[in-house]
Amino acid sequence: MTVRFTLNGVPVSIESSGSRRLLDVLREDLGKTGTKEGCGEGECGACSVLIDGEVVDSCLVAVGQVEGRNVLTVEGLAAPNGELSRLQQAFIEHGAAQCGICTPGMLLAAHVLLQRATQPTGDQVREALAGNLCRCTGYTKIIEAVLSCTT
Amino acid sequence: MHDVTYLRPTDLKDAVRLYRSTPECRPLAGGTDLMVMLHAGTFRPAPRAVLDVWSIPELKGVRRTQGMLEIGAAESYTGMIRSRDAHEHAPALVAAARTIGAAQIQNRGTLGGNLANASPAGDTLPVLLAYDAVVVTDRRAIPIDQFFTGYRRTALQPDELIVAVRIPLGRHVAFRKVGTRAAQAISKVVMAVSRSPARVAIGSVAEVPLRAARAEAALARNDAAGAVGAVADDIRPINDVRSTAAYRRAVTQNVLRELLHAPPRP
Repeated sequence: MTVRFTLNGVPVSIESSGSRRLLDVLREDLGKTGTKEGCGEGECGACSVLIDGEVVDSCLVAVGQVEGRNVLTVEGLAAPNGELSRLQQAFIEHGAAQCGICTPGMLLAAHVLLQRATQPTGDQVREALAGNLCRCTGYTKIIEAVLSCTT
Repeated sequence: MHDVTYLRPTDLKDAVRLYRSTPECRPLAGGTDLMVMLHAGTFRPAPRAVLDVWSIPELKGVRRTQGMLEIGAAESYTGMIRSRDAHEHAPALVAAARTIGAAQIQNRGTLGGNLANASPAGDTLPVLLAYDAVVVTDRRAIPIDQFFTGYRRTALQPDELIVAVRIPLGRHVAFRKVGTRAAQAISKVVMAVSRSPARVAIGSVAEVPLRAARAEAALARNDAAGAVGAVADDIRPINDVRSTAAYRRAVTQNVLRELLHAPPRP
């Protein structure tokens, strides 16, 4: 089937079985390898993307389900000229990435929080990132990076 | 799973027609259980088609109707958490929704999926039992206490689609979930309790989410301590990867004692 959706602000159209995982279509068909596969079971959040502004695990989404929707991957966080977002820059400055596999999902989950709350507390940051596991256990610096983006 | 046919009906009528005419088809909502099992090849028997009900308008929303709170089968837990009506009329359901996974799962998980999957650890299921919820399908209304018929088995016919869940107004239900940690945990014991009418509903302690008959009988006599004692005989816990039967029995009694404000153990 043909599936049409908006990916990082750009309309895309792909031919695929509608039951394939959005994660696989992003990585294999569309070359968006910033989205990582961790557990493949909806536990770890490494494959987090935003659909219509809500964070979801792309391993749990059938690609047919994003017809007509807006999908944001980590590639869409920076400006078109490559300038990093404030949040991405904060991750660099705070050393919030170790092995890096959780980083795209962490960025997207934190992005949603910062869109909704300009002054989140540490507890709110922890709750917003509860679905994103860091196998390096580098949570402290990740939380500090997000908190540094409060206005 | 690439050969699983994907069907996207436009509305409820279309969904019911497609579901009845497609053999070996399973409904797909937020995919938090089904997509995992399809990918791992662990869904038996393997479906040949999925019916995407996620975007069907009639299956969305939280509303009051006919003196009940009605929640669309494909409404997300996030939708319940954000619903003023759900907070007012079914706060225990909102409390349960908040304990299910984190944002990623709450944005996709649904009551229709929790019911159809019928896991004994489904966190909303004891809550629905304690509220005396009604499962509305494309053809009938099934009282929740008749819905779970065995381990991951339900009263649904093979081509019967869950449309909504209705919860009576004016009930007071307390909820408590015990897992390994606060976030992202699968329940070791999950409980919902109503004083009047007397309802003690528990998950993860038997092959189905169950109503604790002996405990309810004691509670109906206003004997909270008796209910705490009796509940140990109502449950059928096992040792598994998450916990031991002995732990579950002790925690079930402790949680019921807490929810009923019963006197501490002598």
